[in-house]
Amino acid sequence: MKRNGKNSLVFWLFLAPVLFAFVMVIVIPFFLGVFYSFTNWSSSARADNALRFVGLVNFQKGLRDPTFGYSFLITIVYTVINMIVINVVAFLLALLVTSKTKLRNLYRAGFFIPNLIGGLILGYIWQFIFNNAVPSLGTFLGFTSWANPANLILAKRTSAIAAMIAAGTWQYAGYIMVIYVAAIENVPVELHEAAQIDGASPFTRMRVITIPMASQAFTITLFLTLVQSFKQFDVNVSLTAGGPSTIFMGKPIFGTELLAMNIYDTAFVSNDLAGGQARAVIFFLVLAVVSMAQVSINKKREIEL
Amino acid sequence: MKKAKIGILALEIISAVLFLIFLFPFFIVFINSAKVPFEITQNPMSLPEDWSNIFKNIAAIWTDKNLHYPESFLSSIIITVTSLVFLNLFSAQAAWALVRTKTRTSSFFFLVFIAAMVIPFQIVMFPLLSWFRELSTLTGIRLLRSYAGILLAYIGFGISQSIFMFHGFTKSIPLELEEAATIDGCNKAQVFYRIVFPILKPIQATVLVLNGIWIWNDFLLPLLILGKGNKVMTIPLAVANFAGAYVKQWDLILTAILMAMVPIVIFFLIAQKSIIRGMVAGSIK
Repeated sequence: MKRNGKNSLVFWLFLAPVLFAFVMVIVIPFFLGVFYSFTNWSSSARADNALRFVGLVNFQKGLRDPTFGYSFLITIVYTVINMIVINVVAFLLALLVTSKTKLRNLYRAGFFIPNLIGGLILGYIWQFIFNNAVPSLGTFLGFTSWANPANLILAKRTSAIAAMIAAGTWQYAGYIMVIYVAAIENVPVELHEAAQIDGASPFTRMRVITIPMASQAFTITLFLTLVQSFKQFDVNVSLTAGGPSTIFMGKPIFGTELLAMNIYDTAFVSNDLAGGQARAVIFFLVLAVVSMAQVSINKKREIEL
Repeated sequence: MKKAKIGILALEIISAVLFLIFLFPFFIVFINSAKVPFEITQNPMSLPEDWSNIFKNIAAIWTDKNLHYPESFLSSIIITVTSLVFLNLFSAQAAWALVRTKTRTSSFFFLVFIAAMVIPFQIVMFPLLSWFRELSTLTGIRLLRSYAGILLAYIGFGISQSIFMFHGFTKSIPLELEEAATIDGCNKAQVFYRIVFPILKPIQATVLVLNGIWIWNDFLLPLLILGKGNKVMTIPLAVANFAGAYVKQWDLILTAILMAMVPIVIFFLIAQKSIIRGMVAGSIK
């Protein structure tokens, strides 16, 4: 095993296709993107004409823009709540489908299946449920006020964010559940038996055996839900489309516009490509730092447990 | 023991209720796909008066001039299958080359592929578009609004994770197997295609499932590269276009959604075990 051995022809031939695609799709656009965020890049100022270096202007503009600040805030709120709700629901579902219930395999499939539906399509389904099915249910139950357009769940900011969390949980909890199931099934049965003989209740066994033994799974599930929530775009577009509007720092803005959508809208709706790109660079830095911090903190705890 | 039995019964009931709640949205889509608009406005929760409407709605979606459902379905299949074939083969052979070649170059490449996994799509999406446009004018190969561009993009965005998964699995293949094949007269490429690639089958299933679900459902990348109202469209793109054009025509929108969901649900029912196993393996490895 020489470290400085020669790379054979086959080595290069086998790597050529992936290197080509990787350089074309990720490496070049990544560096171009970082570069463009410091310029006046726009659909008219392309590389060949009039592209100028403008320093940190795009970043300053982005950080001063209330829509970006607001999107940042609600993305954090959405991400934190989403992570908690999805993981709690997923863990409870995992406990249910690993219990001795008769139909556990059917339940497992049922809880998992929404994960196969893409976020975009899923958002439309929930839009219909919140805008049409819920008011009609309200009428049926005698709460006629539910049908008032002003009282719709998606018509108010707080409940619209809660609606995104509900739709997101429906989509993702089943996937996180199967990861927990794998972790729970890996716990040696003897541990539980021994604890049971010592008189530990099911709740105590879960606290001192199942949860610590599943700590490795928590690192993964928290990472996955963090990244998934922070990057949420599809459900945002089809469920709320950013609405309803609200006032923030004296400016009317979209009340449920998450960061990914804010970046997209800055570039294509406000026609500010360089501005959108600068926001994307900030987005990348925050996501990279936060997710790496999360993984290293969880890894440390894994060892302690 | 009686207490334990009551406990199980309680769990059974809780699970069954949750199961129904989880399937409720599918039920809503299904019943409303069999309604006329008037019925939906009147009561979205009731059962349809005439189930045969579902066929009328499906026919309407199938032939709709704006939705282009058959074409979008075909494009979605072409894009997903072709990307998967290339991703699977290219990343398997690249991972094998990286595992079996112990040089600085190979360690460096592996590190770069892994590091790239933290790069979110958002930071590369705008420059990718303008870069593809430049490339198209330079080479004459159309990369925007075409199959070539979106396939290249999916291969590029998928390889990091795929190489990572193949890398872990390839390391566990005993070297003796490959040495025996070499003694029997296989050259390096033959060792890979005849010996290693078939052994990789379980992890290939994982790679195909994870990438397949991602590509089939993806919305943002096709939106950017293919654009709206183009000849080449994927199903999510077509549904988004359609829902935008037929605002609140829920009978048709929900039917379109039903038709978009059916293929993937059937696929899941057929390959349930390997899908769930694949997704777990992919996240834990």
